[in-house]
Amino acid sequence: MRSTTSGLSHRRRGRLLRAVGAVAAAVAALLLVIAPASGAATPSPTPSPSATQFTNSISGFLRGDDRAPIPGVTITATNGDFTGTAKSGANGAWTIGVPTQGTYEVKLDESTLPQGIKLAEGQDNPRKVTFSQTSNLSVIFAFGKGIVVAEQNFGQNLLNRLVAGLSFGLLLALASVGLSLIFGTTGLTNFAHGEMVTLGAVLVFAFNGMHLPFWLAILLAVVGGGLFGYVQDAGLWKPLRRRGTGLVPMMIVSIGLALAVRYIIQFYFGGATQQLPFAQSAEILIGPVSISPNNLLSLLVSAIVIAALGVVLLKTRLGKATRAVADNPALAAASGIDVDFVIRIVWVVGGMLAALGGILWAYYRPGVTFDMGSQILLLIFASVTLGGLGTVWGALVGSIIVGIFVELTTVFGLAADLKYVGALFIMIVVLLFRPQGILGRRERVG
Amino acid sequence: MDFGFILSSAAGELFSPTTAAYALATLGLAVHFGYTGLLNFGQAGFMAVGAYGFAISTLTFHVPFFVGLLIAVVCSAIFALLLGIPTLRLRADYLAIVTIAAAEIVRYIVTTNQLTSVTGSANGLAAFEGDFYAMNPFPPGTYIGMNNRDFFIRVVAWIVVAVFCLLVWLLMRSPWGRVLKGIREDENAVRSLGKNVYAYKMQSLIIGGVLGALAGMIFTLPRGAVQPANYGTELTFFLYTCLLLGGLGTVLGPVVGAMIFWVVLSLTQGILYGLIESGTITWLNTVQAGQLRYILVGVALMLLMIFRPQGVLGNKKELAFA
Repeated sequence: MRSTTSGLSHRRRGRLLRAVGAVAAAVAALLLVIAPASGAATPSPTPSPSATQFTNSISGFLRGDDRAPIPGVTITATNGDFTGTAKSGANGAWTIGVPTQGTYEVKLDESTLPQGIKLAEGQDNPRKVTFSQTSNLSVIFAFGKGIVVAEQNFGQNLLNRLVAGLSFGLLLALASVGLSLIFGTTGLTNFAHGEMVTLGAVLVFAFNGMHLPFWLAILLAVVGGGLFGYVQDAGLWKPLRRRGTGLVPMMIVSIGLALAVRYIIQFYFGGATQQLPFAQSAEILIGPVSISPNNLLSLLVSAIVIAALGVVLLKTRLGKATRAVADNPALAAASGIDVDFVIRIVWVVGGMLAALGGILWAYYRPGVTFDMGSQILLLIFASVTLGGLGTVWGALVGSIIVGIFVELTTVFGLAADLKYVGALFIMIVVLLFRPQGILGRRERVG
Repeated sequence: MDFGFILSSAAGELFSPTTAAYALATLGLAVHFGYTGLLNFGQAGFMAVGAYGFAISTLTFHVPFFVGLLIAVVCSAIFALLLGIPTLRLRADYLAIVTIAAAEIVRYIVTTNQLTSVTGSANGLAAFEGDFYAMNPFPPGTYIGMNNRDFFIRVVAWIVVAVFCLLVWLLMRSPWGRVLKGIREDENAVRSLGKNVYAYKMQSLIIGGVLGALAGMIFTLPRGAVQPANYGTELTFFLYTCLLLGGLGTVLGPVVGAMIFWVVLSLTQGILYGLIESGTITWLNTVQAGQLRYILVGVALMLLMIFRPQGVLGNKKELAFA
């Protein structure tokens, strides 16, 4: 039962040690570019632990009922002995950095409003706002008498959340399909997948900071994600497979890798939340659905990418080989398929998909942080488990269910800071009754 | 650089209450993973259940110390039951995913603003340790450089650790413990001997979970506060690092592992800060030095798992995995 490692030669031991070092070095090198980049991209250079810069913020846009921005209005946020002040900019935007998440009293100084503009009827000022688990909180002040701040129509709200959930689910699917492919072909439950997600968004931020065109930044970030997948497999996982390391030890190695990469990213990127370009956008109406252009674009991009992946898996030789390896590696090898090559491709594709998912996740949240990937790692696991470990279509179905479920629970009265709990809870309940997941086969459960 | 100070603060970590808490929680993991082969990635959740179970029953229901302790232990046992029922019949990685998810559910629930009056949400709870320190038999004064409160919590914490080490040692050399090890080696062989594997696994999960809950209490008592941010998934991963450092299937391994973990963290922090202050290192600020230490923890976890999975004290024949 137990593979002996005593026969391991010193030469191979040294090679593996070098390999682990190579992975760490590769991540560090990939991130080195960020150190100058983050300075270039933000008005205040690299996040430092000074008292004035906080990781959390309260922000919003001030717009009149004619949608024109309202500049120069003073807004204050207070909580205990902390007071932060901001003035709305030329585009009406304001942001107050706050030290901790919690409850704040936000007050708009009505004496600083331009003439002829008044807060709408029924707008509380000052008002108490509360946030947790997100690092940014939007506060909306409505102006003019034309605006009626009524309870949003329930059906309308349901529809909006459904579409938002679909968008979230599809971006989750990008990450979970990769995880599921990796699990299917190698059996590894990869806890470092969250960091592969983070890397995509962080790289876009870095390349954008180097003043590269936006499309090039995204392209390079996705390539960087694929490269990370390649280096991981070449430097770490393949040597471990060669050694015959068990799946549980590999899982624990992936945890170590996740910790190391997460803190390497924080080392270069800092603890603050940064925004990618075009992160702020007003919602638009398409038919009855109100959606932000970013979410719509994210929905389309992920749908197209997943459809393309599906075509590749079903129609091409490589896709068939991948499915064969996932089904039975030994048999696939016997039929002349280069299993190691297929696994390498799966790691590269998985890394690229995760990076793309990370970029979309940065727009969905919105914001880039060093731990943004580990925040959704469990949702990715939940999607994959829900759909059936190791099945690609299961991961897609599971992700869409999780995405929609997360968004819909807030419509049905669950507090926003508990919305992930519902998805995790559903996963546990599904395991009770159908442990193989929705599309999984019983034999995989073991 | 003040080497005396760096060394003495590192030595202070040897017997700090936090080290004791890590040792006890890791001992629970040793029961789960080292002896039974259960991959529990939710030990932070058990610690949170213990800490919050005690703090809430003290602050909201005003129960005496030992009743609060009992409530915390019972809560963690119930938590273990709830986790075990859906997952103990499934493969190891399912238990891993479910336990880590359950631990995060606990953290989300104690963080939510909906329950602020009970849990204090992100700010947590404080001022529940009065009953404990009221039992302090040591009169005010200085004991080995500590005041009587610090001395008392250390004495209690390490007595608890010692008692449970003894208990686990006795359990694991009993027939019951041999069945657990049998399950770790070959579940089907044990089942064919007519043993109820499911029940044994459940008992192991509960015992390790209760150890985690007690560790959670030891972790919060000296701080006088419990905050949800302390009970994230990283805590569980640090405990695994301690476990692998010390040795999986051993009783003293978790204690040694926790001591090494904290001493090394303290030493690296002291040395890095010293080098930064003296201007020897200029490419690093103190915040980054803190992050560098956790990068080292991650790399150490990988290297340990690959090159010395049995840890300092372990026996390679007693590993929980093939």
